[in-house]
Amino acid sequence: MEESGSVDSVESLCSSTTTRSDRSSGPRVSDTELRSKAKAVEKVYKDPSKDELPLLPEELVQDSAKDVTYICPFIGPVRGSLTVTNYRLFFRCTDREPVFGLDLPLGGLSRVEKIGAASSRGDVSYGVVCKDMRNLRFVHKEPEDSLKKSVFEVLMKFAFPVSNNMSLFAFEYKQVFPENGWKVYDPLAEYKRQGLPNESWRISKVNDHYELCDSYPATLFVPVTITDEELRRVSSFRAKGRIPVLSWIHPESQAAVVRASQTMVGQNGRRCKEDEKLLQAIMDANAQSHKLFIFDARPSVNAAANKMKGGGFESEDAYQNAELVFLDIHNIHVMRESLRKLKDVVYPNIEESHWLSNLESTHWLEHIKLILAGALRIADKVESGKTSVVVHCSDGWDRTPQLTSLALIMLDSHYRTIRGFQILLEKEWLSFGHRFQQRVGHGDKNHTDADRSPIFLQFIDCVWQMTRQFPAAFEFNEYFLITILDHLYSCLFGTFLCNSEQQRLKEEVPKRTVSLWSFVNSQLEEFVNPLYVHYPSHVLFPTVGIRHLQLWVSYYIRWNPRMRPQEPVHQRYKELLAKRAELQKRVEELQREAANRMASSSSERAGSPTRSITPVQTFV
Amino acid sequence: MLSLGSGGAKSTKPSFVSYVTPEEIKSEKDPPKQEKHPDLLPGEVEFCSANPILKYTQDDLSQRGVFGTLFCTNFRVTFISDEKPQEKTDKTFKNKLYGENDIPLMCVDHIYGVYDEKRKLITGGLVKNKYPSKMIIHCKDLRVFQFSLTFSKEEDAKKIFQGIAHHCLEEKSLKCVFAFSYMGTPSPEMQWKQETVMFDSPEDWTQEMKRTKANCRLVTENENFELSQRLPKYFVIPLTIGDLFSYQGKGLPIWCWSHYSGCALFKASFPPVTQEDGDFQKHLDTMINAVAHNHLYSVKTEDLSESLPNIQDIQQSYNKFKQFFLIENSTDFWLSDVKWFSSLESSGWLDIIRQCLQKAVEVVECLEKDNTNVLITEEEGTDLCCVISSLAQIMLDPYYRTLMGFQSLVQKEWVAGCHAFLDRCNHLHQKDKEYHSPVFLLFLECVWQLVHQHSPAFQFSETYLTVLSDSVHVPVFSTFLFNSSHHRESVMKAESPLAQSGPLSCPTVWDWSVQFDSKAQNFFFNPLYLEKVKHDRAVRKPHKPKHQRNLSLPSTAFKTPPKKGFFKDETDSLKKMLRVKRLSRWRGSPDAPAATTREFFESWQHRPLDYHGLLLPCLDGPAVHIWMQRYLRWIPEVYILGGGSVAVMTKLMELLSQVQDLKRVLEQRDSSQAAKLDHRPYFQHRLLSFDSSGRLSSSFPFAYTCYRSFKPIIPTGLMQSLMVTDSLASQEDEASSVVSFV
Repeated sequence: MEESGSVDSVESLCSSTTTRSDRSSGPRVSDTELRSKAKAVEKVYKDPSKDELPLLPEELVQDSAKDVTYICPFIGPVRGSLTVTNYRLFFRCTDREPVFGLDLPLGGLSRVEKIGAASSRGDVSYGVVCKDMRNLRFVHKEPEDSLKKSVFEVLMKFAFPVSNNMSLFAFEYKQVFPENGWKVYDPLAEYKRQGLPNESWRISKVNDHYELCDSYPATLFVPVTITDEELRRVSSFRAKGRIPVLSWIHPESQAAVVRASQTMVGQNGRRCKEDEKLLQAIMDANAQSHKLFIFDARPSVNAAANKMKGGGFESEDAYQNAELVFLDIHNIHVMRESLRKLKDVVYPNIEESHWLSNLESTHWLEHIKLILAGALRIADKVESGKTSVVVHCSDGWDRTPQLTSLALIMLDSHYRTIRGFQILLEKEWLSFGHRFQQRVGHGDKNHTDADRSPIFLQFIDCVWQMTRQFPAAFEFNEYFLITILDHLYSCLFGTFLCNSEQQRLKEEVPKRTVSLWSFVNSQLEEFVNPLYVHYPSHVLFPTVGIRHLQLWVSYYIRWNPRMRPQEPVHQRYKELLAKRAELQKRVEELQREAANRMASSSSERAGSPTRSITPVQTFV
Repeated sequence: MLSLGSGGAKSTKPSFVSYVTPEEIKSEKDPPKQEKHPDLLPGEVEFCSANPILKYTQDDLSQRGVFGTLFCTNFRVTFISDEKPQEKTDKTFKNKLYGENDIPLMCVDHIYGVYDEKRKLITGGLVKNKYPSKMIIHCKDLRVFQFSLTFSKEEDAKKIFQGIAHHCLEEKSLKCVFAFSYMGTPSPEMQWKQETVMFDSPEDWTQEMKRTKANCRLVTENENFELSQRLPKYFVIPLTIGDLFSYQGKGLPIWCWSHYSGCALFKASFPPVTQEDGDFQKHLDTMINAVAHNHLYSVKTEDLSESLPNIQDIQQSYNKFKQFFLIENSTDFWLSDVKWFSSLESSGWLDIIRQCLQKAVEVVECLEKDNTNVLITEEEGTDLCCVISSLAQIMLDPYYRTLMGFQSLVQKEWVAGCHAFLDRCNHLHQKDKEYHSPVFLLFLECVWQLVHQHSPAFQFSETYLTVLSDSVHVPVFSTFLFNSSHHRESVMKAESPLAQSGPLSCPTVWDWSVQFDSKAQNFFFNPLYLEKVKHDRAVRKPHKPKHQRNLSLPSTAFKTPPKKGFFKDETDSLKKMLRVKRLSRWRGSPDAPAATTREFFESWQHRPLDYHGLLLPCLDGPAVHIWMQRYLRWIPEVYILGGGSVAVMTKLMELLSQVQDLKRVLEQRDSSQAAKLDHRPYFQHRLLSFDSSGRLSSSFPFAYTCYRSFKPIIPTGLMQSLMVTDSLASQEDEASSVVSFV
C-alpha cells in the first residue's frame, strides 16, 4: 500500500467543493494524479498558464477585474484576478507558489458590502460574508473611470438574483446526468416499502391539490378509521393545517411515528374532538401498546407561551392515554445565534487558550445534544416501548423534521444508505415543507431576515455525529454530507429551492432544474463509506453525552489550513477502498495460486485438507 | 442479581434502604454455603475477607448490586460474587493477573467512606475509628467500585475495611510490593521481551548508536555506579568529554538520538550548584562545547524547567482532570456533562499535553530543519527531558512507531534512563506529595495524540497504550518499580538470595504473556498501520529538508546559525543565558514561541505525507482530543453499542486476517520455502468477527455489555442542562408565524 500524498494545497482548500461538479462533465481524474500538488492545480485549472475558467453549461462570465487583493486571514494578502459569473465568484493568483485560488458559488454568499470609504490611495474594500462559515475580504483600486461599475456591484447583482428580479442559476443550469435524481423519491413506493397501506392505515387524497394544507405533501397516510371530512376539521385545529399524519411505521410492532404541528388550544383551552379521535385512532392502530406518546419538541415554557398566541399543546385531560413529553429544543432564533457565535469562535482564528470554554459558550453542541437526545427518546419509545409517537413543535416544519428524521435513521437502516438518506430528505424535509427558501434565503439579499436559521445544517451535524459513533453503519461518507450542505447554498441544483412541495410544483422545479441527486447518484463511489456493513435490523442508539459529541471540524473549520485533516476524509476512504481492493486482489491471486499448487501437488498429496476460504465480502 | 428498592420517595441522592436483613440473606444462601476463595497467584496471600458484601452496579441509580465476598490479599482487593459466574463467553481480552472485580493494591487511588450519608475521604486517621456503611474505591485506571459493608458481621466489616485501608493507603516499604512475593514462572514465550532492546548492556547501546550513525562515546565507567547512582549503568556522551569524574554525576550531556544529518539530541541534569561560580562556568562551558562539537559546532539549549509546567503542576492538573471520569452514578454523569468543556479546560491537562508536544516539535525543528544539536536540560534530567526526548524521537524516527521500537524507546529513555517511576507513581503511598507526578502517563497521553492524528504511522494501537498505562499500577513488573538503574540493581541483588529458588522472578512489563494470551495481544496491533513497502523503488524522500523554500510567510525572524567560526560567540552568550536561567527560546521572539513552529508545521503539512518520515502533530485547540478509550471505558453512559472505533478496527482486522489466512495456507503448503513469517502476529479471524451474537460496545475490549440490556441511555434532567439566558429563547417561535384562528 502506498502512502497517500497530502493532496490539498491552498487552492483546493479554498475552492468550494462544488468545483467537483464541473469535473464530472470532463474526464475523471484518476487517483494517482491527485498525488502531487502541481497536478492538483492542473486539475482545477486545466492549464495554470492560461486564465481559463472551466465554466458550467450556461454559466457566463459577467465581469472580471485584475489587480484585486484578497486578504486571506491565514496567509495574508494575495493579489490576483477576480471573475464573477452568473454562478460563481472566482479568484486566482498565479504569482505565488503554490497557485492560490478561490472558487465559490454565489449562492453561498449571505452579504456583500463595501467596508469603509475609499482610502487615500484609492483603494476600495469589500467584505463578503458567506453562509458556509467564512468571511472574505477583497481590496481593489477605485476604477479610474468612475462610470464603470466595480466588479463588486456586478457581484452584488448576481449574488442576490431573487432580490434583483432574476432567476436562480439552478433554472439555467442544464447539465445532463446519467441518473435523474427527481425520480429518487416516489412516496407510494416508499410507503409500500414500509408495508403501507395496511388494515390500519390508508392513503388520503384529501390534500391532493394542497387545499387542506399547502405546506404538506399530496400523499398523506392516516388511520383508516378517520374520514377525510374529519381530517378537514382536524386541520383547523392544528397550526397551518398540519394535521397528524404517518411518517414511519415499525415493520414488526406497528408502532408509528406521526408528525404534526401544535394544537390551536389557545388560552381558553379549545378542544377538537376529531383531533382527539385521530390521536386515539393512531394509538389503536398499534395493538402492542395502549399508550401514545406525544413529543413536543419545545421547552415547556415556550409551549405554554404559545397559548397566548392561540397555539399550545395537547392537554392530558382531552387526550386520554396520551403522555406529553417536552424535549426542550429551542427555536430557530436561538439556533441562528448559536451558529453565529460558533463562527466567531472558529473563524478565522481559534483562540488556543480558551478554545474549550469558547466552544461551550456557543451552546452549539448543547443544542445538538438536545436534538439527538430527543430523537433518541422517540426511537426508544418506538423500538423498546413498541409505542406509537406523535412529534410536533410549533409549526412542525423545523424541529419536527429534525426529530423524526433522526429517529428514523436510528430505527430504519434503509435511511442509512445513500439512496435511503436521499429519500428521507425528500420525504421528511422537502415534501413535508421545511421552509428551505426562508431558512436559507436563496438569492435574497436580506441577510438579517429573522426567518433564516441553520435548522437543516443542525440536522446534518446530528447525522454526522451519528456517523462518528457508528462508523460502519452508514453507507455514505462525510464528504456526502458536506456536499449536501454545499449545495444547500449553491443554488446549482433545484433540490433545496422553495418552501414546499406545492411551490416546487408551481415553479416546475423538477422540470426546470437538475436534482442534486442526479449529480450524486451519477458518481456514487465518491460518497461511499468503504467500511459500511449493511445490518438490516440494527437499531442505532447513539450516545448523547457531550463527551461523545464533537465539533465537526472538517465542516466548520475547513477553511483553516492548519485544521485540515492530513488527508481529506473522503480521500482516506478512497484509499481504504483501494486498500481493500488491493487486498481482495491479493486474496484472489493467492487463491488462484493455491488452487494451482493444489492441482500440481494433488498427485502426490491426495486428500490434503482443503481449506475453504471465505472470499472477502464486498459491501459496496 | 438482587434488586433492592430504594423506598417510595425518589430522591436525587438515593439512599440505600434495605428491607432485607443480613440474616435473611444468609438463610437464603445457606444450603450451598461454601467458602469461596479467589484463585491466588503464585506467591499471593490472603489477608482478610468479609461476607456478605454488596457490590453496587454502577450503571444506574437503582442501588442494585450483587452480594459476595470481599477479600484483601497482598496483591489485590477482590470481590467474588455469590452468584454462579455467568460467563457467557470467555473474554477475548482477559487479563491473566486481575479480572474485572480485582483491584491491584497499587491501583487504588482513593478510598471514600460513607458515614451517615456523608462521604469522607479515608486517610490514615479515620481508619481507627469506625467503619463506614459504604466504601467507594477510586482506581488509578479510573474504575470506581462501591461496596456496602452493612450486611456482614461487624467485626468482619471492620476488619476488611481496615485491612483494605491499611494495605492500600498506608506508607509501606518497597519489599512489601507484591512483585517481591510473586512467584510467577517465567513464561516460555519470551520472544517479545527479547525483541525489545532493554538497554542494559553495552551492546544494546552500541547497536543503537550504529543504527542512528551516532558519533559518540559509550560510557562503561558507571557499571558499578561509581560515577553516580542517578546515572544510567551505561550511557552515551559526546566524544569530547574528558574527565567524567569531575562532573559528580550531574550536568553530563547524555546522548538520546542522532539525526541522519549528524546532529543529535542530548539531555542533561543541571550541573552541581554547590560548585564555586567559576567551576559552574567551567562545567557549562565543557557541557555546551561538547554538545556543539558533536556536529558543526552548533547547539541549541532548552531549559525545560523554565518553559514547561513543573511536575507538581502536572500532578495537580491531572488530579483535577481525572475527577471528571470517576463517575459514581448517572446523575453525576449528566450533571458533569453540562459544563464538560469548561471543566476540561479548567483542569489544564489538555493544555499541558499541548505544551509538551509543542516543545517536542520545537526540538524536532532544530534537528530536522536547522540541523543543530539540541541539549535539553532540567533539574534532574529524568522527567520532562524523558517526555520531550521520547516524543521528538517518535516524531523523527519511524522505528519508534513500531511496537518493538516503542518499547525499546521506553527502555532507553525511561527505564534505563532512570526516570524515578517509584516516586512519581507513588507506589509506596508516601505522604510526601512533592515527588508524585504522572509524568509517564503524560508521555503516553502525548503519544496517544500522535496515534490519534496519524494512525497509519503506528504499529501499535491505542489499546496497547491504554494497557500500558494500566500496567504501571500492576505491582508485578520490575519495569515501573524503581527510581533508577542503581536502585533496581541494588534491590534486585539484595533480594535474590532471599528468594528460595534462585534469582528473583520479576518479569518486565514487555513480557505481555504474563498478562495476556496471544489472542488478546492481537489487540495491541493497529490494523491501519502501513508497513514500510519493501519493494521500494522510490528513494526515501522524507529526509530531505528542502521544504524551507515552501515557507509562505516572511521568515526573517531567524536564520540558521552560521556554521563555522561562530562557535565561540555562540557559546559565550549561551553561557550567560544559562546562568541567569532564561533561555526559553534560543532564537526568535520569546513571547511567541509557537509562531516559528507553526510555520514549521505548515510547511511540513504542505508536503506529501509520508508515514515513515517525519510526523508532526497539529496542536490547535480542536485537534487535541481526550483519550476516550482510557478515560471513558468504564462509564456505561457513554457506551456506544455496535459503534465506536471498534467497529472500524474490527472491519479492518477481519480483512487483514483473511489475507493472512491465505498467506499461511500458502506457507503451509510450501514448506520447502522456509520463508519467515513477518513477525506481526496473525490476526485471529474468528476473534472479532461480528457474529450473530452481535455488537460490541465502544468500550470494547475493556468493558463488556453482554449482560447489559440493550437500552439507550437517555440523559436525565434535560431542561436544566441548557442555560440559554437569551431573550431569543422566549421570542416567538417562528418569526413569520401569524397565528390564525379558524
